[in-house]
Amino acid sequence: MMGCMDFSLGPELEHIREEATKLAGGFSDEYWRDKDERKQFPWEFYNAFAEQGWIGIAIPERYEGAGLGVMAAGVLLQAVAQSGGAMNAASTLHLSIFGMGPVVHHGSEEMKQRYLPPTARGELHVSFGVTEDDAGTDTSRIRTFAEPDGDGFVINGKKVWNTKAQQAQKILLLTRTTPREECEKPLDGMTLFLADLDPAHCEIREIPKIARNAVNSNEVYIRDLRVGPEDVVGEVGRGFRCLLDGINPERIMLAAEAVGIGRRALEVATAYAKERIVFDRPIGANQAIAHPLADCHSELEAADLLWQKAAWVYDQGDIAGGEANIAKLRAAEAGFRACDQALQTLGGFGYANEFNVGRYWGEARLMRLAPISQEMARNYIAERVLGLPRSY
Amino acid sequence: MKILVCVKQVPHKDARLEISSDETWIQDESIKFEINAYDTYALEEALRIKDAGEAEVVILSIGPDRAIQALRTALGMGADRAILVWDDALAGTDSLGIAKALAAVAKAEQPDLILTGLMADDTNYSLTPPMLAELTQLPHVTAVVKETQQNGDIVAERELEGGALEVVKLPRPCLLSIQTGMNDVRYASLKGIMQAKKKPLETKSLADLGLQASDVAPKVTLEKIFLPPRGKGAEIVEGSIDEIATQVVTKIKELGLL
Repeated sequence: MMGCMDFSLGPELEHIREEATKLAGGFSDEYWRDKDERKQFPWEFYNAFAEQGWIGIAIPERYEGAGLGVMAAGVLLQAVAQSGGAMNAASTLHLSIFGMGPVVHHGSEEMKQRYLPPTARGELHVSFGVTEDDAGTDTSRIRTFAEPDGDGFVINGKKVWNTKAQQAQKILLLTRTTPREECEKPLDGMTLFLADLDPAHCEIREIPKIARNAVNSNEVYIRDLRVGPEDVVGEVGRGFRCLLDGINPERIMLAAEAVGIGRRALEVATAYAKERIVFDRPIGANQAIAHPLADCHSELEAADLLWQKAAWVYDQGDIAGGEANIAKLRAAEAGFRACDQALQTLGGFGYANEFNVGRYWGEARLMRLAPISQEMARNYIAERVLGLPRSY
Repeated sequence: MKILVCVKQVPHKDARLEISSDETWIQDESIKFEINAYDTYALEEALRIKDAGEAEVVILSIGPDRAIQALRTALGMGADRAILVWDDALAGTDSLGIAKALAAVAKAEQPDLILTGLMADDTNYSLTPPMLAELTQLPHVTAVVKETQQNGDIVAERELEGGALEVVKLPRPCLLSIQTGMNDVRYASLKGIMQAKKKPLETKSLADLGLQASDVAPKVTLEKIFLPPRGKGAEIVEGSIDEIATQVVTKIKELGLL
């Protein structure tokens, strides 16, 4: 129909959603609660997805991936998050899915041939090493430095919030190769390396944290880590630009996951509100219970369209910065609010681990902080979409 | 070797079912569907035979357009091609009508082996597999829990009551209806999903099969489905154990049950 928008996912994406839901459905809330409480990486879950080729969903076909876009990856990760595995499940997979974006777009042919196939097969784990304590969101102020040494470099510094560093063999490491003061622009003079996460030169310390404990977050202390010229992703001095190819897909996928977690929480809350009898009737008959759940549902539906639009724009070849930040902002709010309302709906039982919504709540809270804070997403929208003056 | 696997798309096990206003079926406009669980084991068994040697696995289903999703699922798991049969005349048909349509395809395809599920999760008749076998004049056994190929014959283990098994031997071509739990049904790989869209999926009408609406006119018609009425409220007997026992015995005698 000319002029009509098609909001269906289409047969292939529906197929992906159906199969990912089926596979993730084999891992129960009890499984995830156990992994979370014991802080154990969910290898059984990861391997199940790796064996069926899901890790390579966004890696080009010539490097053994499926060559699909951010939309397909978002559909997969949303199904995984919605299974009850929530952020634990999504984080287990999503770094392998979007993390190698800079290598796909900017890596040398040799680097791609060497590292993309094992990533697609799920054998190679790569941690993302960007954030630092003293830089935070102001990435230009990172201090990890790669000093030229022969034809290569020697890296010293410290990274923080390295997801899955304990499982990773490699690290995508953003370093300074020219001091900030000597650069024309603050974000110049940085170089991205695909380096060995060599225990002799990288000390990993886990960060105890509120939630999402099946997947570790770490500090990585880097001392005299040698890298060769072949380990540079893209060009020396232009590392930050290479990272941009990973940043927006990450935000879009996070948005898809946030909607997934919110939907799961809403399913639990809705089922509970229908069955829980207080004062001789189901609590869902009370509008004070029902209306907030209706609000959450409508917010999740709106956010769902936003991430899909962002994914579509990105897959069309656009950088999709505005769309990605808008989707991430709204989906993180909608997902967290649905989890919070689910907790409220379950009353005291919501606070008991057995009912799982507390776990969803803790994990959805992370969505408002990572991979970028809601405040910085708003700054992007204000400055880059609305054209308002920069505030910082 | 060619294996024909008959699958039916049925309401998803998690779907909330409500009886339709005409009380002859459920409201199925907005619910999710999936492949009948019994049929997934039949499909898996066919794929295992294929994995072990040379075999073409053809999926056959009767159903409206939405059943394409079930066929795609089967193709994603590794089946080679799929055939969907639909015609408005099939909407109200009975098991024999379905079996006739399946038989028409089976006669054209000439498979070496037909695998079906033992029954369908939604209608629970268990009629179609034996009817299909009779119409195609194939030897058949039901409730198969294990099968092995032996010099062109099939040796099958069947489930009996009380956990007993029996072993039967039958020549190919033949039809086996498969019991659940026979194997571990595989998940589709992402590669399988990607390949599924490129695999042949034919749709056929009754006319394509050389059948007319009158051939599948139902002899058994579904009159009504309903939930049994709720039982009357239970009587709660209270008191000490001795008092309760006395009251229960008195009650049983009153009702003339002793």
